[in-house]
Amino acid sequence: MLHIVNKSPLERSALDSCLAAAQPGAAVLLIEDGVYAATRGHAGEGKLRAASAHLQIYVLAPDLEARGMAQSLADGVKPIDYAGFVELVAQHRNCQSWL
Amino acid sequence: MNFGILVNEGPYTHQASDSAYQFCRAALAAGHQIQRVFFYHDGVNNASRLTEPPQDDRNIVNRWSKFAAEHKVDLVVCVAAALRRGIKDENLAAGFRISGLGQLIESSIQADRMVTFGD
Amino acid sequence: MSEGTAKKIMYVNRKAPYGTIYALESLEVVLIAAAFDQEVSLVFMDDGVYQLKKGHQTKGIEMKNFQPTYRALDDYDVNKLYVEKEALQARGLSQEDMCVPVEVKSAAEIGKLMEEQDVLLSF
Repeated sequence: MLHIVNKSPLERSALDSCLAAAQPGAAVLLIEDGVYAATRGHAGEGKLRAASAHLQIYVLAPDLEARGMAQSLADGVKPIDYAGFVELVAQHRNCQSWL
Repeated sequence: MNFGILVNEGPYTHQASDSAYQFCRAALAAGHQIQRVFFYHDGVNNASRLTEPPQDDRNIVNRWSKFAAEHKVDLVVCVAAALRRGIKDENLAAGFRISGLGQLIESSIQADRMVTFGD
Repeated sequence: MSEGTAKKIMYVNRKAPYGTIYALESLEVVLIAAAFDQEVSLVFMDDGVYQLKKGHQTKGIEMKNFQPTYRALDDYDVNKLYVEKEALQARGLSQEDMCVPVEVKSAAEIGKLMEEQDVLLSF
């Protein structure tokens, strides 16, 4: 399944909750303020890297670019555009938005 | 594939409505269909034709109206949530209709995928 | 709708009551959804567990106490209520603090249930 997280991990617990529930093989897409989690030097970088061992982590590039963070993309995170977002939703049988 | 979309936040304060719109556009461009966009919670404010953003900003409400007209997309505003927030037929923007929560449930049953945008 | 075509719909509640309207309006969706004969379940995670904390008294804030509605869910055949174990622990709560019968499950167990759903609605 696809998990969608739109919250900065330093402000809200959405990403932590998502990672605690996500099953191996699931995909996690970071959008809106959620994209900050996918940046180098972020306090949660290690946690995200550990999660990427059993989860596919994606970030919505337009949201990353809008926030001036495109050059800081963390390793192991795949940037996608809105077309990629649509494709991810279509590929997975369900999705959960961690609002 | 048929997508159902749920928008839980109003325009401008949150990015939810923008993200939902960009997703819908990309879905149609890829040859998919949007079965319905349902507006709930403060999301009903996306349907107010009284909004007047500054000239240099996007007009979120008009953008949805235009999208509905061009692509025959069903934009549904929850009646209970709308009445709470002063959205009625007299200030409803073009392309939107007011209906019950049953339309959201129906959408999640009929659509192949349901995607929620909110806060 | 016949048994075979019913969809599994899970309502994910992760927000505290009263501070924002999400809990109340989410409950309104669940009540409407009950009429559609789908396989409905509710899950309470994170601050969502506060929605079920016994003993809401809302007189002083002049807001509607919607807690009795959770007790009415069973009459609507909505009886799959799951509460996240870690969320209870982190908030000093236990199953006995809940206003309705619930099944306590770990976040990972809830994650497994999520995988089985056709639709997840979160508010």
